[in-house]
Order: sequence, then C-alpha cells, then structure tokens
Amino acid sequence: MATIGIWIETEGGKVKEANFGVITAARGGGGENTLLALLLDGSAEAAQEALAPYGVHKIVPLTAEGADLDQSPDARARALAAAVEKLSLNALLGLATTPGRDLFARLAAYLKLPLASDCISVDVARQTVCKSHFSGKTVATIRMKASVMLCALRPNAVEAQPAAVRPEIVPLTVTVQDPGRVRVLEVRKAGGGKIDLAEAGIIITGGRPIGSAENYKILEACAQALGGAVGASRAAVDAGFAPHSMQVGQTGKTVSPRLYIACGLSGSVQHFAGMKTSKVIVAINTDKDAPIFEKCDYGIIGDLFEVVPMLTEALTQK
Amino acid sequence: MKIYVCVKHVPDTAANIKTAGANGFDDAVCKFIANPYDEYAVEQAVRLMESQGGEVVVVSVGKEAAMATLRSAMAMGATRGILVTVESQFLDSEITSQALKAAIEKDGKPDLIFTGKVAVDTEGFQTAYRLAEAMSLPVVNEILKMELRDGKAVVEREIGGGSREVLEAGLPCVLGATKGLNEPRYPKFPDIMKAKKKEVKQMTLADLGLSAAAARIELVKLEKAPDRSGAKIIPGPSREAAQALVHILRNVEKVI
Ligand SMILES: Cc1cc2nc3c(=O)[nH]c(=O)nc-3n(C[C@H](O)[C@H](O)[C@H](O)COP(=O)(O)OP(=O)(O)OC[C@H]3O[C@@H](n4cnc5c(N)ncnc54)[C@H](O)[C@@H]3O)c2cc1C
Ligand SMILES: Nc1ncnc2c1ncn2[C@@H]1O[C@H](COP(=O)(O)O)[C@@H](O)[C@H]1O
Repeated sequence: MATIGIWIETEGGKVKEANFGVITAARGGGGENTLLALLLDGSAEAAQEALAPYGVHKIVPLTAEGADLDQSPDARARALAAAVEKLSLNALLGLATTPGRDLFARLAAYLKLPLASDCISVDVARQTVCKSHFSGKTVATIRMKASVMLCALRPNAVEAQPAAVRPEIVPLTVTVQDPGRVRVLEVRKAGGGKIDLAEAGIIITGGRPIGSAENYKILEACAQALGGAVGASRAAVDAGFAPHSMQVGQTGKTVSPRLYIACGLSGSVQHFAGMKTSKVIVAINTDKDAPIFEKCDYGIIGDLFEVVPMLTEALTQK
Repeated sequence: MKIYVCVKHVPDTAANIKTAGANGFDDAVCKFIANPYDEYAVEQAVRLMESQGGEVVVVSVGKEAAMATLRSAMAMGATRGILVTVESQFLDSEITSQALKAAIEKDGKPDLIFTGKVAVDTEGFQTAYRLAEAMSLPVVNEILKMELRDGKAVVEREIGGGSREVLEAGLPCVLGATKGLNEPRYPKFPDIMKAKKKEVKQMTLADLGLSAAAARIELVKLEKAPDRSGAKIIPGPSREAAQALVHILRNVEKVI
C-alpha cells in the first residue's frame, strides 16, 4: 500500500499518451496503490477524461501561489516538491522526456533525494528500477534508499494497460516562495503539431543512403500511413539531410517505440544505443551481410527506395 | 573569467562492456575516453577563455586513470586540472556533486561552471543540477547555444518536438552542454605534448571529508542487455516482402 504521485506531462493543454505507460508502471501489477495524477498545467477535466481508462484515483491540479510556473523551471520543481510533502507521497513517477528529465533532476536536487532517470522499469514495492548503463549495452538494477522514490521513465518503455477507475478532481494549492534562479525569456514553438520523436509509438528512420533532405518524403509518406514519426542516423544528419532534432542514438534522442523501422542503416553501436529497447525492430538494407540484421527482429534485403514505397502502399490498402 | 569544467572518464561508447561479478565490469580491458558531452563543455569554456581571458580548470572525480581524460581536456586548451580520486567503479551523483563542489570551492571562485548533458556510462542526467543546488547557483542543462550578456548567460535548449526555449541565468551558473553547442577541436601533437606538463592537483574523496559509503543508490546488478537473436529475413521480391511484413506487424506482433 503506497501513495504514488504521477507527474502528468501535457502538450498544448492535452495529456500526452506516453503518460499512460507510467500509470501502468505505478500500479505495479496489484491494485493496492493509491495513484494521484499531479498536474502542473492543462485542464483537470480534460485530464480526468484522458486518464479514466488507466486507473488513477485522483487528479490533483496544482496551483502555485507566489510564482509564475511558466516562467521558471525551478518554480515548477518547487511546486511539485511542495505537493510531494503535502500529499505524503511514497513515490513520484513521470516521463523522462526532455522537460521531464529536467523537472525531476531539479526536484531531486532541491529535495536532496536520490533519483533514477530514464528507467526502463520500476518496482515501487521493492524500491528498485532497471535502467540502461553504457549506452544500452548493459542493464543496471538499482535500489533506492529514500523516504520518497523519484523515478523518471523512458517514454513507451512500459506498455499501457487499461484499468478503469473514475478519478475525482482534488485541487491543491501550494506556496512557492522562491521563484528560483533561471528565467524563461522565450519559447519558440516548432511548426505544426509534429509527434515528438522521443514519444512516438512508431518510428521509421533513414540512414546515410537516403542521399538528400528531399528523399525523406518517401519515409514521411510511410510514417503517415503508420501514424508514426521519422528519424535519422548521425551520418544522415552530419551530411545535412536532416536536422539534429531527428537524430536517434547516443548523441541524439533515445527512443523506445513499439515499432522501429531502420532503412539504410548499418547498425552501429551508437545508433543502437538510442533505440535498442524498441519492441519490434525491422531493418531494410541492400546488403544481406549488414550488421544490423544480426540485431533486429525482421529484415528485408532490398533497396529502401523500392521497398519503402511498397510498404506504404501495402499499409494503405486494407 | 575563471571557468570550471566537469569531465568524466568513461568507457568508449564503441567498447565492449564485459560485466564482472554481480555489479561491476572489467575496466582493465576496455578503452576509456572523455565523456563525449563533456568535450562540448570543454570546447565552449576554452573558446570563452580565448575571447575573454582567464583560465579553464577541468575537474574529474574518478579512478587514477581519469588523469588521461584530464590530459585530453588540457590538450584541447584547458589551463590545468583537478583530480579527486575514488576507489570504486561507480559513485552516485549525490556524492559526485559534493566532491565536485568541494574541489571547486577549495580551488577558487568560479564565474562559470560547465558540465556535459549526461555521462554516457551511468546515464544519470542529474549531476549538474545537484552541483548547482549545492552551490546555490542557477542551472540549465542540454544547452545548444549560449552568449554572455550583461553578466548573465542567455542560453537556448530544445524542449521536445523541435521547440526551443531561451533562458536567462545570472553568473556564476552551471551549464550542461550537448551536441550542437559547438564542434570540439581535435588537439594537435604539440598540444598533446604541452598538456603533459600542465598542473594537476590531486586529492582523495576522504581529503574532502566525503565517503562513497553514504550513497543512497545501490547498484544491485549489472547485466548484459539481452540481444536479439537476429533478423527473420522476409524473402521475396520487394512488393511481396512488404506485404508479408505488414501482415506480420498487424497480425503476429500486433504493433500497427
Ligand atoms: C561518439 C559518437 C557518437 C555517435 N552518435 C551517433 C548517434 O547518436 N546516432 C547515429 O546514428 N550514429 C552515431 N554515431 C555514428 C555511428 O558510429 C555511425 O557512423 C552511423 O550511425 C552510421 O550511419 P548509417 O547507418 O546511416 O550509415 P552507414 O554506416 O553508411 O550505413 C548505411 C547502410 O545502408 C545500406 N544501404 C546502402 N544503400 C542502401 C539502399 N539504397 N537501401 C537500403 N540500404 C542501403 C548499406 O548496406 C549500409 O549498411 C556516433 C559515433 C560516435 C563516434
Ligand atoms: N565523476 C565525475 N567527474 C567529473 N564530472 C562528472 C562526474 N560525473 C558526472 N560529471 C559531470 O556531470 C555531467 C552529467 O553527468 P550525470 O548526471 O552523471 O549523467 C557529466 O557530463 C559531467 O560533466
């Protein structure tokens, strides 16, 4: 029996889908834990609607007195810290997205509590987590000795399981005396509601042989048919075919979608560091001896410029 | 300016990791490098020193072997180094950040502190924040751009979905560097030779009044990540193979 908080990440006021897996992880098999969904932004009613199928007991929208949460990442962390104390949480879980990693690290430093970030699984009852060490080459099991367990989970690492409970809305007002030490001056939104690579459930990636930025259209068409996002290898980014925000791997994004399709990638260790925990990995490569075929689930030996359009076609015809 | 840069000595990302015992790895057989993100931090610091004067001090907490990483950072232009030696293979972020703080404060008054975004060995994502909190300084991680303006750092970071955020932090502050901030230089032979003669202060964790035993994170187990057994090759001409793949993804794997 534990009271577990889940920080719910929103985008444009809407609850991100990747939160559902975190709720499943917090439930931890049994149904004994009390789950509280903590909201720093977004509408509580919308969250109630979105989260009802996944089994949270309460929706707790936080109002902070004394600080503007939009302007200060520190104030957000402190508001959450106040909620952790007021609600006597045994654990706080959330998404290890870019904002989530930042929020949890600020929170852990502020509360002087241990933190496990970018975990692939969590066991709240045993206070253990599993996470990648050495770029996905090893898995570490870590025990946390603390009054409150703080854990940020890699998006999609835990598959969401439905468990319907109608959550009630219980607002909480906290006081944040010190707005913190950094200030947001400006937010530059990227155009057009693209699915963030790190949270996409399906990703199709093009490597060096893609040859130009223009050619990514072939992958975009397929991604659209799949409802997924498009990624790139470092070789393709360095060649100027794709922006760095599309790079998957060691020095790019870490992703864990349920389906990863690698088109024209050799299968470098550094690329795998960023996508190794994907559920199903498919490779399309002209070279039957390409190393990637040794590290994936399904392979098609063929030219991506021929296979990908046919894949798109096969996906669109029922 | 007096700039401190935290650099970690980590196994090469391409190195094979051989686990040893329940929770260790064989560090005698694998090649080590400076944490790749820390190279962006060193480069940024050296560029600032070149344009504004002052010095760049690189600080590492690690085994004696971490001296090699300090030397490589000094070959990139850092003025001198500090090495806090520890015996253990892993040291948790709380104690690491206390050690970094103590070593820096003992040495001087920083105008700026750089770290990398993440250490690629333990993938902690938190040392910069803990160091900043311990020293009551502002912190921004994963910065892609920075400039100094009226005693403040104005930095830019990505916040997901390609969106970016511009933030302001007063100096001194802690900034975590990521790929995109700059292109780290490749040291030339004379720089490498010069770096061998640069000063490195050395101390132990105990000299700073700290102990690894205080850790509240316990590494219980370190195992090789499960490998996939290899691809099931879907045969046939492209059209048939694509159709067969869609069938498998829909009906066998149920992922689309
Ligand atoms: C410190 C460090 C960090 C790094 N970080 C990253 C990272 O974050 N992400 C990353 O991706 N890499 C990273 N790398 C680079 C990595 O080592 C590889 O160089 C890179 O991933 C290779 O990209 P690629 O697979 O697209 O290209 P290649 O290695 O050139 O492979 C291309 C593959 O495509 C096949 N091919 C050719 N033509 C076709 C066609 N028409 N159709 C289908 N297949 C075709 C070829 O057989 C080959 O297997 C890093 C390297 C270092 C040293
Ligand atoms: N042992 C260490 N010695 C020096 N710097 C470190 C050490 N551990 C972490 N850091 C710094 O903190 C950053 C983030 O590390 P981490 O939070 O552990 O992922 C690294 O990129 C380094 O700049």
